[in-house]
Amino acid sequence: MAEYTLKLRRYDPQAGDAPYYEEFQVDLEPHRSVLEAILKVKAEQDGSVGIRCSCRAAICGSCGVRINGRPGLACHTHLDKAAKTGVNADGKTILVEPMGNMPVIKDLIVDMDAVHWKKIQRVTPWLINKQPVPEREYIVPHENMVDVTQTMACIQCGACVSDCLSMEVDPLFVGPAASAKAYRFVGDPRDAEQYERLKDLAEDPHGIYDCTHCFTCIDACPKGVAPMSQIMRLRRIAGNDHHIVDRNNGERHERAFVSLIRDYGLLHEAELLPRSYGGDSWFGKFHPAAGQQLLESLPVLARGLATGKFTVKKAMLGHRIPKADLKAVKAIYEKVEGKDRRYELNLYISGYEDDDEAAPAEAVPAAVGAGDGMPSAPGPDPNRPTAASESESA
Amino acid sequence: MPAHDVLIIGAGLAGQRAALAAADAGASVAILSKVHPVRSHSVAAAGGINAALNPEDSWESHAFDTVKGSDYLGDQDAIEIMCREAPDEILWLEHAGVTFHRNGTGHLGTRAFGGASQARTYYVADITGQAILHVLYERLMMHGERISRYEEWFTTQLLQDESGACVGCVARDIRTGALEVFNAKSVILASGGAGQAFKPTTNALICTGDGIAQAYRIGAPLMDMEMIQYHPTTLAENGFLITEGARGEGAHLYNALGERFMEKYAPNKLELASRDVVSRAEQTEINEGRGFPDGTIALDITKVPRKRTLEALREIVNIGKDFAGVDITREPIHIRPGMHYIMGGVKTDYDGQTSIPGLYAAGEVACVSVHGGNRLGANSLLDTLIFGRRSGDHAAQRARGTAMPRSPVSVLNDAQGEIDGILNRPTGGRRISEIKNELGETMNRYVAVYRDADGLATALEIVRRLKDEAPNAAIDDKGTVFNQDVLAAVELGYMLDVAEAIVVAAQERRESRGAQFRTDYPERNDAEWLHHITVSLNGDGPSLGTAPVTMTRWEPQERTY
Repeated sequence: MAEYTLKLRRYDPQAGDAPYYEEFQVDLEPHRSVLEAILKVKAEQDGSVGIRCSCRAAICGSCGVRINGRPGLACHTHLDKAAKTGVNADGKTILVEPMGNMPVIKDLIVDMDAVHWKKIQRVTPWLINKQPVPEREYIVPHENMVDVTQTMACIQCGACVSDCLSMEVDPLFVGPAASAKAYRFVGDPRDAEQYERLKDLAEDPHGIYDCTHCFTCIDACPKGVAPMSQIMRLRRIAGNDHHIVDRNNGERHERAFVSLIRDYGLLHEAELLPRSYGGDSWFGKFHPAAGQQLLESLPVLARGLATGKFTVKKAMLGHRIPKADLKAVKAIYEKVEGKDRRYELNLYISGYEDDDEAAPAEAVPAAVGAGDGMPSAPGPDPNRPTAASESESA
Repeated sequence: MPAHDVLIIGAGLAGQRAALAAADAGASVAILSKVHPVRSHSVAAAGGINAALNPEDSWESHAFDTVKGSDYLGDQDAIEIMCREAPDEILWLEHAGVTFHRNGTGHLGTRAFGGASQARTYYVADITGQAILHVLYERLMMHGERISRYEEWFTTQLLQDESGACVGCVARDIRTGALEVFNAKSVILASGGAGQAFKPTTNALICTGDGIAQAYRIGAPLMDMEMIQYHPTTLAENGFLITEGARGEGAHLYNALGERFMEKYAPNKLELASRDVVSRAEQTEINEGRGFPDGTIALDITKVPRKRTLEALREIVNIGKDFAGVDITREPIHIRPGMHYIMGGVKTDYDGQTSIPGLYAAGEVACVSVHGGNRLGANSLLDTLIFGRRSGDHAAQRARGTAMPRSPVSVLNDAQGEIDGILNRPTGGRRISEIKNELGETMNRYVAVYRDADGLATALEIVRRLKDEAPNAAIDDKGTVFNQDVLAAVELGYMLDVAEAIVVAAQERRESRGAQFRTDYPERNDAEWLHHITVSLNGDGPSLGTAPVTMTRWEPQERTY
């Protein structure tokens, strides 16, 4: 047994008071969950503490909260680990607060309908059957079903929504959970409207190009769904397979990053804007939209110059890396882009019984698109065997 | 006052399937649940769903396995319907979008499950329940205009008209505390089981027997209540479920001496005998001193190839790691039998109709009875879907010829009075949690795998004392917004009613059949006990009755695995 201090953020909408923090002492073994501690408080000290919970085993998705500042499931976080994590961790105190980005109803209970479920509803969250519907089952590859099972494993707990930074800036952003839900259909060979779904989410200014690659949702997800990875895959499928060039310029902007790294090895900020609008050609630099953006950015540029954040020389010529390194970068591009096909399936769990145990040696992330080569679930449990890792599979 | 042709209480698989079927049949539908539908306990069903879909398989074989699994207490007409309709239901789910496992040729693939003579369990990794539940919810969202969803509404009672027909319910909006009368031409209970009356249990905190008690209180007989399934593989510490899929994939059970003891108890099917048989075998090993010191048995999943485990049993890999600190792909995990499922429930026919006109029940809340004395693994998802759909269909048809009832406002005042009574209880009584714990521990001690007259008498005495104490249990929360304390008080009453029915039925059945093993009556006795036991509310207490078992083509035989 160990003594923990549970510091709960309380809010009673009927009291007319501001939210406040209340501490409870709980005696429980360190490997017990934060939810068990809260339930013990409810049972023995104060039955008015509000938290949604049901299964206690990380499958119903009810008990999403913030524990010492991090989003997650209360039932899925051990007390000892919780007490050691976060900003003010002292090994004893566990701060539990409601999830972010959603209005609080009472104590640890947030209004998921107002945000999370609305966004889910936004992505047309049902299968639109490919016609004709077969008499028996659709014949689809084993790999595809394993692939979409990763997003099917989403329990709609809202932990990713809670701490999505893009959503904090743009509350209209469709967000990580709904994007993962969208992939569940885009990745499903039985769905008839993959193009329409992608076009819709690419053209929406709050759609898939609104994500800023911060990885927070991947960290937050207790089920290894890796929402950001799904967003990147939606982008790649939209751009590479369906050639959707969106009006938000998201696709071209991403392409500009890719081509700049290929050409310079590092980002060349002054080139980013022209290329994002005009593509790689020299004349592209004079794209009117790029000029307008440049004009709008002048105050920022002036400030940057004044504070020495960059110099005129760096701005004009870009960063340089040693020739050999640049060659190595280009070699990576050649290898990846030279592949016959892009491996898009994210077989986070993969293979048949008779396969070798070891993961395929040549585990190369899909060719184009930035930042998605990471193993996808460094989250609460970096060792989780179900963690997403892109790999080739027969 | 909301008014709908068909009102469904509970939004797990049975409820959602009923809603979709009723809407398809043209009814206006409301589905009401005390939790958001995807939080329903169907989400926890791991292993899969049975159907004789493979051309080499037959529904007769599936039906016979189910009859035998039920220890001949299942009603064979209902079992035939369920098994006959199973293949089409799987295809319906597949077309609706369930991401069922595919084999190497891209067709639906199966896994083996307990008590089945064929591998006929269709699955999505080990999140089958979750996958189906979420896909059905996708369909509910798709049909949002035809199906009204009342999410986080708590039913406090069912309503009847003068003729005794069920005409709706009173429910509390958990978010605001407001009570509302729901009028409906047909009402379908789909609110699940009552596992929380036991401690530990694999069941979620929401499984408090609400629907069983609500129906019982307005006079609907319950049936087979003595049949409580103990699942062979639950985690020792907290009762969490380790799916039967593990044994289906090839995991073995060992006692502390390293013996694969199932060779003794079920020489043919071994670990894949039916659940009552395996649980009893484990409990015998433990009772006779061959278990581990913590009163457990070892489940060795390392027999399953690691990659296969990671793909097909991913959820229990996580459960092992997160809740027991064990990497199941590398070492055995300690388990024991744990309360899992209640075969009994509100007595219905195979269209879901209870004895109360206008009231239907489907899923774990109901007893058709397709599970009889013991449910086969992966038959419960099937039960929820088949009888959910049939109830939805039938309830919609019934609604067509019925006028919309209108309950008097006075029922609302009465219901509010009851809630106020709870809120205004004086302090000083026992805490709700204390009473609930004592109930759970009592049931798990005396009404478990092995039972006898003395233990059951003790259990009944305790349950009745708790029933006296419950109305005085103290309440901390006096508010109206998300007052979970008030709900817990109402739920405690539901659980106590259900527990009492379970105990009296177990006392009544003086033989051993299926999940009921009486050490004082260790044999099955077909001559005297091949019938259902019913429990009805008579005045203040339960009264017992019987109902015949329907036999179509399978005569009782000795049951060996």
